[in-house]
Amino acid sequence: MTAVEPGSRTPAPDGGRVGGAVVALEHLSKRYGPPGTPPAVTDLSLEIPAGQICVLVGPSGCGKTTTMKMINRLIEPTSGRVTIDGQDVMGLPAVELRRSIGYVIQQVGLFPHLTIADNVATVPRLLRWPEARIRDRVDELLELVGLDPVGYRSRYPGALSGGEQQRVGVARALAADPPVMLMDEPFGAVDPIRRDRLQNEFLRLQEKVRKTVVFVTHDVDEAIKMADRIAILQRGGILAQYDTPQAILDSPASEFVERFVGADRGLKRLSLARVADLALTEPITTRAGERRAELRSRLDGSGAAYALLLDEADRPVGWIGRRSLDGDGTVGSDDAAPGSALLEPRSTLRDALSTMLASSVQLGVVVDESDAVLGVISVDAISDVLRAPGDR
Amino acid sequence: MIEGRPFLEPGWIVDNLDEIGHRLAEHVLMTVIAVVAGVAISFGLALLVRYRPRLYGPVIGISGTIYSIPSLALFALLIPLTGLTLLTAEIALVSYTLLILVRNIVTALDGVPPEVIEAARGMGYSPFQRLWQVELPIAMPVIVAGIRIATVTTIGLVTVTSLIGMGGLGYLIVNLGIQRYFATSILTGVVLSVALAVISDVALLAIQRRLTPWAKARAR
Repeated sequence: MTAVEPGSRTPAPDGGRVGGAVVALEHLSKRYGPPGTPPAVTDLSLEIPAGQICVLVGPSGCGKTTTMKMINRLIEPTSGRVTIDGQDVMGLPAVELRRSIGYVIQQVGLFPHLTIADNVATVPRLLRWPEARIRDRVDELLELVGLDPVGYRSRYPGALSGGEQQRVGVARALAADPPVMLMDEPFGAVDPIRRDRLQNEFLRLQEKVRKTVVFVTHDVDEAIKMADRIAILQRGGILAQYDTPQAILDSPASEFVERFVGADRGLKRLSLARVADLALTEPITTRAGERRAELRSRLDGSGAAYALLLDEADRPVGWIGRRSLDGDGTVGSDDAAPGSALLEPRSTLRDALSTMLASSVQLGVVVDESDAVLGVISVDAISDVLRAPGDR
Repeated sequence: MIEGRPFLEPGWIVDNLDEIGHRLAEHVLMTVIAVVAGVAISFGLALLVRYRPRLYGPVIGISGTIYSIPSLALFALLIPLTGLTLLTAEIALVSYTLLILVRNIVTALDGVPPEVIEAARGMGYSPFQRLWQVELPIAMPVIVAGIRIATVTTIGLVTVTSLIGMGGLGYLIVNLGIQRYFATSILTGVVLSVALAVISDVALLAIQRRLTPWAKARAR
């Protein structure tokens, strides 16, 4: 098993390292019934470059999950073939093949009788790695997905939240450093805010590991956000379009794609841009204890309508409006409007806009991982992007 | 009861401790043989049913029919075939465990969440590894619960085997007790068999908890 050996790496054109392998589907078809019944997947051919995220998206019954499962042979194709770095997946015993491909599913499917560490160690144990190496790898992976190894190692999955469980699920899939990862609606079961977080985290992770990822979803916005390339499937597993998110939004190949992507393509374009792409402005900041008169004059001097109140650790507390800043005395946390919109640099402008519209002051505070303020964006800055589509 | 004889004679118990201990040991041995053999056979049947689901009906039907035969009648039916032997006793005892254990093991394995099986398949467990390393450990609490019921039932049934000369605590109750109108022996046998049942149940419960430290985390 040379081509899909876990840990094998193909050098990237830019000289960096890509952990992925080229995955190619060639004339892949799957029919569940006898000949004559309509196929679930029809003559599907596409090639996924090494280290890219390919999102399979389409309405239910479009064969996206079937297509994904033919890559690790949970489903055997009726005809056609799948190759990983040129090697036919049928050339390996199915069990061996699956150990070399990461697998993440919506319901996570952690083993309830094993600790978090043992869950993550699943595939390395199947591959009979030495225990010392497994221990190091487990800790490395838990850190990679943002879980403190000391606190989580010996807990059981039942004691974890849904989001934490899916992080463990991703760590488990990455354990043996497989070149290819299959993810079946991995963030479908968590609430929208946590989903956004998990998506951002996964994109950050992917920058480090550069796997070839096949990602199944029915959510177009998630597809646009996650994908390097999107494959839109229609009923019967027919490939409607396979291209970059930008190209699909700019020039949908058919009426089906246009309808599936939706009438709000302009708005969806916001999912292509990240908060980090915008020029951040520096807010007027204040701390509890500043004299109100002083803050008033600072605001008036700059022409800003709001000042951002920070706590002792420089984390944002909320906005203080110029108009509510009457009287004498000092500024306190009671003056701040609660619920200010906190954004990550990696959030899409679409997510940023919806968070900002939902908060009382329509300014987004961009923070880093430790909640330190990086800057501020306004709804106006986002609508500028809307007005100039394609100039990203 | 013979007139003038006291209801309870502690002196007899003290004088016959060896005999009582011997009968208790016989009882435990017959129970252990029956439960171990019952678990082994039921496990085989449960796996058979798992891979041939159509056999579930017949397997449960036959073991249910056996379960409904009164124990004394079952011994009587077997004596022409295997005589007044330990084998006769064990065939009957094992047969009675089957209904409880087969149904229980099948239910336990069916209770393994489908997403866990899907994940195990996707990560490259062979079917055999999946059964031993994933499905059985997860099914274990339910399986052990079934073994507890089977054990307690068997302890009760073993007393009946004294009627075909198999000893055990039934020997104290029937042969030394009822047949000789001797209350002390009856009481000794009854108290010991009840105590044995309770202790076995508690011990198995402790084992069940030991085997499933994760169940606590889940209940939280």
